Amino acid sequence: MKSRSSLLDPHLLKGALVPSLRKLDPRNQWGNPVMFTVYLGAIVCTALLLRSAGLFEIQLVAWLWFTVLFANFAEALAESRGKAQADALRSMRVTTPARKYEDGAERPVAAADLRPGDLVVCEAGDAIPADGEIVEGIASVDESAITGESAPVIRESGGDRSAVTGGTRVLSDRILIRVTCEPGKSFLDRMIALVEGGERQKTPNERALGVLLVSLTLVFLLVTFSLPAFTGFLIRQGLGGSSPDLGSLVALLVCLIPTTIGGLVSAIGISGIDRLTRHNVLATSGRAVEAAGDVDVLLLDKTGTITLGNRQASEFIPAPGVTPLELAEAAQLASLADGTPEGRSIVVLAKQLFDLRARELAEPHARFVPFTAETRMSGVDLDSPDGKRSIRKGAAEAVKRHVEFHGGTVPAEVARDVDRIAGQGGTPLVVIDGSRVMGSIFLKDIVKGGIRERFAKLREMGIRTVMITGDNPRTAAAIAAEAGVDDFMAEATPEDKMRRIRKEQEAGHLVAMTGDGTNDAPALAQADVGVAMNTGTQAAREAGNMVDLDSDPTKLIDIVEIGKQLLMTRGALTTFSLANDVAKYFAILPALFAGIGAVSGKGPLAALDVMDLHSPQSAILSAVIFNALIIVALIPLALKGVDYRPMNAAALLRRNLLIYGLGGVVVPFPCIKLIDLSLGALHLV
Amino acid sequence: MNTLSLALVFVATVAVLSWPLGRWLHWTLQPASEDSPAERLLRLVLGSGCARPGGWRNYVIALLVFNAGMAAISWLVLTWQHHLPLNPDGMGPVKPSLVFHTVVSFVTNTNLQHYSGEATFSHLSQLTLMWLQFTSAASGIAAFAALARGLSGNRNFGNFHRDTARILILFLIPLAVVWALAFSLAGVPMTLEGSASATTLEGAVQTIARGPVAAFLAIKQLGTNGGGFFGPNSTHPFENPGALANFMSLVAIPLIPMACVWTFGRILGRPSHARVVSAVMFAFLALKIVATVVPESSPASALKELPVIQSANLEGKELRLGATTGPLWAVLTTSTSNGSVGAMHGSLNPLSLLGPFAGLWLNSTFGGAGVGMINFFLFMILAVFVAGLMVGRTPEYLGRKVEAREMTLAAAAFLVHPFLILGGTALFCATSMGEATIANPGARGFSEILYEFSSAASNNGSGLEGLSDNTDAWNIATAIVMLLGRYLPIILPLAIAGSLAAKQPVALSSGTLRTDTPTFGLMVFAVILFLGALTFFPAALLGPVLEHLSL
Repeated sequence: MKSRSSLLDPHLLKGALVPSLRKLDPRNQWGNPVMFTVYLGAIVCTALLLRSAGLFEIQLVAWLWFTVLFANFAEALAESRGKAQADALRSMRVTTPARKYEDGAERPVAAADLRPGDLVVCEAGDAIPADGEIVEGIASVDESAITGESAPVIRESGGDRSAVTGGTRVLSDRILIRVTCEPGKSFLDRMIALVEGGERQKTPNERALGVLLVSLTLVFLLVTFSLPAFTGFLIRQGLGGSSPDLGSLVALLVCLIPTTIGGLVSAIGISGIDRLTRHNVLATSGRAVEAAGDVDVLLLDKTGTITLGNRQASEFIPAPGVTPLELAEAAQLASLADGTPEGRSIVVLAKQLFDLRARELAEPHARFVPFTAETRMSGVDLDSPDGKRSIRKGAAEAVKRHVEFHGGTVPAEVARDVDRIAGQGGTPLVVIDGSRVMGSIFLKDIVKGGIRERFAKLREMGIRTVMITGDNPRTAAAIAAEAGVDDFMAEATPEDKMRRIRKEQEAGHLVAMTGDGTNDAPALAQADVGVAMNTGTQAAREAGNMVDLDSDPTKLIDIVEIGKQLLMTRGALTTFSLANDVAKYFAILPALFAGIGAVSGKGPLAALDVMDLHSPQSAILSAVIFNALIIVALIPLALKGVDYRPMNAAALLRRNLLIYGLGGVVVPFPCIKLIDLSLGALHLV
Repeated sequence: MNTLSLALVFVATVAVLSWPLGRWLHWTLQPASEDSPAERLLRLVLGSGCARPGGWRNYVIALLVFNAGMAAISWLVLTWQHHLPLNPDGMGPVKPSLVFHTVVSFVTNTNLQHYSGEATFSHLSQLTLMWLQFTSAASGIAAFAALARGLSGNRNFGNFHRDTARILILFLIPLAVVWALAFSLAGVPMTLEGSASATTLEGAVQTIARGPVAAFLAIKQLGTNGGGFFGPNSTHPFENPGALANFMSLVAIPLIPMACVWTFGRILGRPSHARVVSAVMFAFLALKIVATVVPESSPASALKELPVIQSANLEGKELRLGATTGPLWAVLTTSTSNGSVGAMHGSLNPLSLLGPFAGLWLNSTFGGAGVGMINFFLFMILAVFVAGLMVGRTPEYLGRKVEAREMTLAAAAFLVHPFLILGGTALFCATSMGEATIANPGARGFSEILYEFSSAASNNGSGLEGLSDNTDAWNIATAIVMLLGRYLPIILPLAIAGSLAAKQPVALSSGTLRTDTPTFGLMVFAVILFLGALTFFPAALLGPVLEHLSL
């Protein structure tokens, strides 16, 4: 997926040629009324060639067909990249037999015959036959085929890293997997369908834009085909001249209807999704990408998004009467069996400060007490020669409750230290040895570099960021202030998250969030844009409407920008398309009306020929050629999307109005003149 | 350029007057308290059925039924006028197609007149038509009020009957009484007696038509109606006897359309949005005034060689009122869907016609009483759609998303106007229905046909004189155009408002395109200018521009 083919890869360009011809099928054209109008016009003009086929008529017909083909080409080009990706993905489908595990025995079955609930065994070197969840074992898995990330990832049973994807490969160890998906509906299948855009449906915004384009087409049909009646009247009134012929009218019509946007609109939509894919994000629908552009509240998990993944122990603060060494030793003992990054960082800090080696504690002497949600403490019970020791560390509140339950008190100094740590954005842990309070540990959160600037940019775009954390409110507030988020939710549970999303949505906000755990699934489903991390559980991946293969929560910001870019590209090209009409009017109308009212030579309306074009035929041809070429010229813009800079809506509108509105009025004049001069020089008119 | 600045100062004066009137209209439409004694008295008079609120569909149905009822009654009166009282001059029966046309014309607030009132209709008929000028204006304002309520997020669009009754009793009738009194003080006749006979100095007997003109005139100007009591409309000395009456008329023409914008802001609770809308409308009005008054300051080409000093095109002007008031009136009357005339539009220089044409084609700056704001709303929907895309958001208007359904309705409503004008003109240009009726050959003849359809479609009612338009073809065609041009652009926008009101509002952020900023105003301005120009540019070329360049 990560292979970044350049935008106009010659190979892709060539590959798009045949499909653009194949798209001449009327059934294909019918879906795009603007281009269908051009298509019909081209057919009519081709038929007219039977009556008279001069150089002008032949060129006109050729350029009309080019207009249709260029639009087809844009669409085919946008699709071709997805097709290439889909082919690569298809080759990953597992063809070797899967090792189905039944009643303690293995038996080979075809991967396509696996049903949800089946168990399969995978060992080092095996391809995982279907999406599933590890029920037993741990293994390193190569997911590079899907994520492009060459480093293997660890997948293990239980917890949030238990999901495996069909088509990926086990590198080491042995795992037992429970299949979770129906054949043909796997993650891989969905990915193929998505990048290929096979069942692409028009998004709501695309449909609304389609309505606008159709109505403009109707207006211009009316404008164009009322002209012969008008000129006919004037001619009968004795003004002379001739009514425009059908070919010229078709030329005028094709130039006036918004072919630029009409020809590029589906390329824009396809490439929007494609751009996401290139960011390693899979959207389940174009609708989700559009919604991303509207998002104005981001719920961001603190850990991993705003702060570097793990908190680090940075300081031991002993209670009165306790030496730092005593505290460090107790803290280390309490953390020996604590496999969490925080626990390990305590052991490391003790070693760094006091050179305390992590001792091997023999089983009979030590009993480890794991963290439970109930006690919210962990530690160790020791049977040492000088009696029983029970060492615990935990959140200040939990320890205080524990100490007071056993009749002790937490010294005021320790309470003060705890407050200070929390106030500085750290997480305080308190260590006790029996009922003796030893002191506190400063666990520090490290805010990611540059994140503050990123949030400032978001604020400029009108997007509010809300930090979600399980920390207590004081700690949360300190980190929120450091990171520059607009709001935070402390001590948040998944239910709180859900409630928050509902509340924001009721107030009219569109909410985006990221999540990976199964308990995030409901919130991911509720959010307008739910980005599931690829490392997350199957439930999370199914609940969201996007999956981030890199599992990078800050990606949300890119997603929003891509969504906005998609809509902006449509708007900009619509504006450009309409603005172009001014110049085309000035090219074609004087040519059509030149004879009217003429006493000798040119009639009065020839005065409108501000570009001083070579001849009426050259004027018409130049406008049609410009109209066709501009589609090609704008293909890169359609595929890349217009430049997006975070700024407020009014500034953005002024900028785009200037570039695409005013630019759209001005640019065609010199271009049409240039084409006219070239036609003259080449003796084509 | 003295005359030009005078015109602009005049417009500014009316703008100032429109502000308190907007408050008054808001008070009329949105009573602060439902239980004040005045409200209870009104309910007693109007009946409790008038208090029942409803959705946009009910509102539209009530509006259509009421308008149909009014049309039926006046059709009966006009058809049987020769058997009915108040016919002192013994007016005879009128041909059916003209009755149909006239009824439609007055019900739709168009007041396109294919007859001369003083020579065709009895006093009872004229009074019936006067009453239609009240109800048609009230219908337009009521529809506008319902739209504004819907856009403010209220799913209750109100009750049409109650709105209409309130608008008539509390707003239009009092206002019209004031104007009618002032008009009769200024010398406009007000009588139910028949024509006066006078013996001229030469001994000939002259019949001088008269009637309840002042009352007719007041609502004609205030309600953006424009239907004159006399054939020559406000160029007739009894409909425009002097400077004061002329001034009163000029003030009355744009007053209610301007006030409607302020009322719009008040109903929405967004005065700053109304200011932006108003600014855009004023910008267009100023452009049209400049585009008309400036070319009109050069003499008519046919008279250029006359050995007299001509400060302006004096042809077709009421010179007793000055040469500038004519073109200014022409712009005001076409900008507001009024249609009364203070000078002969047919005598305007060809380029000066572009201003009035632009007024008819855009029909939204300021547009008719109430309906002008509705038309402008359509342009705003189109503008927010394109602008919304350009800022990277699903377009929204006043916090509600504009999606395919709204766009379909807006596009349909937007298509009505060009379809009626260009389609109608093409049909009449291609057949003898039009060609046989024009008064001037060539490009001016084309302009006459184009103007007639533009006027009918925008429910304006003015005309380029000379067209022999009292034919069955013209009567029926323009009647159909008037009906479609009136009711579709009322029904469809209300449907949009209904659809928007049912949506969950979107919260405001700095990524939202605000509707109360100069940037938004610029966008709407550009959209109206572009769509208008792209649609009508070829027609303008073949009419006024061709004529001008051929001179």
